[in-house]
Amino acid sequence: MARSIKKGPFVDDHLAKKVAVAKEGGSRRVIQTWSRRSTITPDFVGLTFAVYNGKTFVPVSVTENMVGHKLGEFSPTRTFYSHIKGEGKGRKR
Amino acid sequence: MARIAGVDLPRNKRMEIALTYIFGLGRSSARQILTEAGVNFDIKSDDVTEDDLQNIRRVIDEKYKVEGDLRREILGNVKRLMDLGCYRGLRHRKGLPVRGQRTKTNARTRKGPRRR
Repeated sequence: MARSIKKGPFVDDHLAKKVAVAKEGGSRRVIQTWSRRSTITPDFVGLTFAVYNGKTFVPVSVTENMVGHKLGEFSPTRTFYSHIKGEGKGRKR
Repeated sequence: MARIAGVDLPRNKRMEIALTYIFGLGRSSARQILTEAGVNFDIKSDDVTEDDLQNIRRVIDEKYKVEGDLRREILGNVKRLMDLGCYRGLRHRKGLPVRGQRTKTNARTRKGPRRR
């Protein structure tokens, strides 16, 4: 079921604060975050985030198209393995 | 022979069914169109008058996106996801199920025929 519009998009408070500061200062610093569950709001556009995927921080530079998705969608948590002929197990893409 | 929205010409079927041969229309939208165009559901597609056909075409043009336009919209949406680099886009790229289904078994619709 979709989220009620009344509540507005969900953004973790600590992340919203960091974004507000970054926007105000106009700083180009990458914002490190664990908050994969936060929705990308229009304020995020132009900023770069480092989104934790359980192991490393994946850099995500937010563009206009990404608004409405969650940060976690851009930081895959699984490595895709396939059996490639000849070299045994290999990582793909 | 009836010809609606391009190339679709189902023969000798009830209109309610004949309209579902158009990509983007199912039973329910077919019924809504016929009701609004004032055409009987049960009339055979060969027996429809030209007036009725005009009405049906008008309703479809006004309210529904069908065939090529609809296919293009869907492709556009998928392409957006793929270019975005989000999880759903990656799944589309790899031809795997997008909505969290299991892939250990099944998922043959997306993965295609079994290999080796």
